[in-house]
Amino acid sequence: MATADTRSPRILVFSTNAISDMGIDLAGSAHMAYSPSVQVIPVPCSGGINPAWIVHAVKAGFEGVFVAADGAECALLSDCVSRSAKVVERAQELLRADGLDPQRVKMAAICSVCAEPFVNHMKQFGRSLAALPMAGAEA
Amino acid sequence: MTGRKLGVVVCQCGGNISDYVDVEKVRAEAAKDGDVVSSQVQMFACSDAAQQSVIQEIREKKLDGIVVCSCSPKLHTATFRAMAERAGLNPYEYTQVNLREQCSWAHTHDRAAATEKGVRLVRAGIAKTALSQPLEKMRVETLPQTLVIGAGVAGLRAALALSDLGISVHLVEKADHPGGQVRRWGTLFPNDKVGQALIEDLVGRVTARDNIMLYLNSELVEKSGRVGAFSVTIRAANGERIPLNVGAIVVATGFEPYTPAPGEFGAGLDGVITLPELKERLAATAGPLTHRGQPVRSIAYVYCVGSRQPAEEGTRRTYCSRYCCSATSHLATVVTGLDPKIHQFHLFRDVRTYGKYEALYERALKSGSLFLRYSEEDPPAITRENGGLVVRVHDRLLAGEEVEIRPDLVVLVTGMVPRANDDLVRVLKVPIGPDGFFREVHVKLRPVETIVDGVYIVGTAQGPKNVAESVATALASVSKAGALLLKGYVDLDPLVARVDPTRCTWCGDCQTACPYGAIDEVEYGDRHIAQVNAVLCKGEGACVPACAKAAISVQGYTNEQITSMIDALAKEVA
Repeated sequence: MATADTRSPRILVFSTNAISDMGIDLAGSAHMAYSPSVQVIPVPCSGGINPAWIVHAVKAGFEGVFVAADGAECALLSDCVSRSAKVVERAQELLRADGLDPQRVKMAAICSVCAEPFVNHMKQFGRSLAALPMAGAEA
Repeated sequence: MTGRKLGVVVCQCGGNISDYVDVEKVRAEAAKDGDVVSSQVQMFACSDAAQQSVIQEIREKKLDGIVVCSCSPKLHTATFRAMAERAGLNPYEYTQVNLREQCSWAHTHDRAAATEKGVRLVRAGIAKTALSQPLEKMRVETLPQTLVIGAGVAGLRAALALSDLGISVHLVEKADHPGGQVRRWGTLFPNDKVGQALIEDLVGRVTARDNIMLYLNSELVEKSGRVGAFSVTIRAANGERIPLNVGAIVVATGFEPYTPAPGEFGAGLDGVITLPELKERLAATAGPLTHRGQPVRSIAYVYCVGSRQPAEEGTRRTYCSRYCCSATSHLATVVTGLDPKIHQFHLFRDVRTYGKYEALYERALKSGSLFLRYSEEDPPAITRENGGLVVRVHDRLLAGEEVEIRPDLVVLVTGMVPRANDDLVRVLKVPIGPDGFFREVHVKLRPVETIVDGVYIVGTAQGPKNVAESVATALASVSKAGALLLKGYVDLDPLVARVDPTRCTWCGDCQTACPYGAIDEVEYGDRHIAQVNAVLCKGEGACVPACAKAAISVQGYTNEQITSMIDALAKEVA
C-alpha cells in the first residue's frame, strides 16, 4: 500500500512559455528525475492564468496544482508577482468555497535555469499533497 | 469528437525519446481519438525527409490540424509552423507536445510511467489542436525613420549606423551638449583613446549627415502608435512640441555614476574622491597629479563602492558594475605614466578584469600597483587623522593582517546606477528590471529588444557596460531596427487576446488589468463591449483572470482549450 512517503500525487503544473517552462526543460535536459505524475501545461504568463482552470484541475482529479510563476523576471508584466499571487489567492478562495483544501495550490517563481529548484518543489509539494486526505475526500 | 481531421506525429528523436518511452504505444493511443485520422512514428520528425512525409500526409488526407510530439517547443515551433504552411495548413493549427525534455529525459528510469505520461501529453495536444482556429499574422507597414533617445557614445554610434543604412534618425538629447559621460573622460581602456576626442569625432560625423537631426535640451514627452509607426512628441528647449512619426525607437539614456552617501568609505572627507572625478582630473591635466596644490604621492583605490551590495540591506545595487575593475587598473597605468614614483594601493573584493582586460590588471601589477583583498563583511575604514587620510584594511591575502595606508588621495571606485527616468519610463512603457535599469526580453537571446515591439534598449540604459560593450549593443539595435524598417512591413504574432461579444457585458475590469492600453470600450448593437487592439496586445493574458464572465481569452490558450487539455491529462490510461 502506498504511504504518504511513497505515493506520487498527480500534480498539474502551469508553466510560462518564456521563463519557467525553460527551467522545467532544463531539469529534463539534465536528467534530473521527478515524478512522472507531474504534468505541465505552458501558458504565456502566470499573471494570465484563470483561477477557474486551477479549480477545474483539482475537480478533474489532480491532487495539486503548482503555478511555476515568472516571478520578478517577467518581461510582460512588471507586477507579475502580485498578479500571480492574486490568481492563486482567488483559486484558493474558490477551492475553499467548494469544500476543497486550498493547500492543493502552490506557487513559486521558477526561473529559466531553475531546474533544481523545480525538482525540489515537485518533491516537497508531492510530499505535502500525499499527507493530505485523498483528493475528493474533503469535498 | 469535434469533427476535425487531425494528424499526429510521434518522434523517436533517434532514441532520445524512444529509449525511454514506448512511442508506438503513444501513437496507437493517439490514433484511438475520434478526431485523429493520421498517425505516424518518425525517427527524426525535424528531418527534411520526415517533414516531406508529413506534408504529403497533410495534403493527401486533407488534415486541418497537426500534433507533433517531439522535443521542447522552444526548439522547433518555427520549424513545424513553416512545415504546416508549406503543406497549406494554417501554422496556428499545429501543436508541439514536449515528449523529450518534459517526459523521456525526465523519467529515464521508469519506461511504463514515462509512456503513460506521454499518452496523456499527446491527448492534451490533440484536445488543444481540436479547438484551434486558423489565425493570420497581422502585417503592418513600417516607416524608415527612427528616434534615438540619448546622444552619448551608444546613441551617437547607433545614429550613425542607422544613417549608414539610409534610415533617418531623430537624435534627442536631454542635456545641452552631446557626448554623455564619455565626453568628460580622458584616456579610456583598452586602447588609450581619449573620451573627448572620441565624442568630438562622432559628433562631427553626426552633424555632417543630412539624415540625422540632433535635438539638444529636448526630451520625449509622448508616444503612441505601434511598432513600425509610432507617433512621438519631442519637447524642445524653447518649449516647442515637435510631433514626429518613427518606425522604431532606440533608448540610449545611459547611467549615472553612483554617489556615495556622506561618510560611506570616507565620502565627504578632504582627499576622498570618486572614480569619475579622478578620470576628469586626469583628463584636465597633462602634468603631475595634484590635490589642493600639493603633489599626490600615493593613492588608495577602494573597489566595489555602490556595487555588489548585500540584498538583505534592501538595495537594488546587488549587481557588479563590470567596467570599474578594468577602468581602475587602466587608470593606475595612466597615473604611473604621469609619475612612476606614485604609490598605488588597490583595495578590492574580487578583481573582475574579465577577458582580454586581464592584461590591464597585469600591466597595473607590473607598474608597481599593490592589490590588497578585503572582505565584504570587513570593509576598509577611511578617516582623517592629524591632517592626513588614513586607510585601515584587513588584507585577506595576509591572513587578515591589518594594513595601514596614509595616502594623499582616496579614490572610491564607484559603480553605475540607473538614471532617474521615471517620466520616460511612463511614456515608453518599457519595463524596468529589479536593478532599476531598462529590462530586455532575454539577457542572452534577445538582449536589446524590449517587450514593446520596435523599442530597443542599448548601452548602459540596459545595465552596466564598458564603452565597447555599449557600442556593440547600439549596433545590435541597429541590426534589429534595420531588419524591421527596411523591409517595409512587419508580421505580428496573432496569439493575442480576443473578446467573446456574446459573453462580454463591459465592466471595464479587463481594461483596468491591461498594462498596454490594448482594450477599448466599443458599441456592439445596443450595448457596450470590450475590444482588443491586436497590435498593442502582448498576449500575456492579464485580462483573463480579471473577467468574471470568462468573455476574454488569449488565442491558443482559450478557456475551452485549457480545460479540455486538463481533462485529457487527467483521463486514465488503459
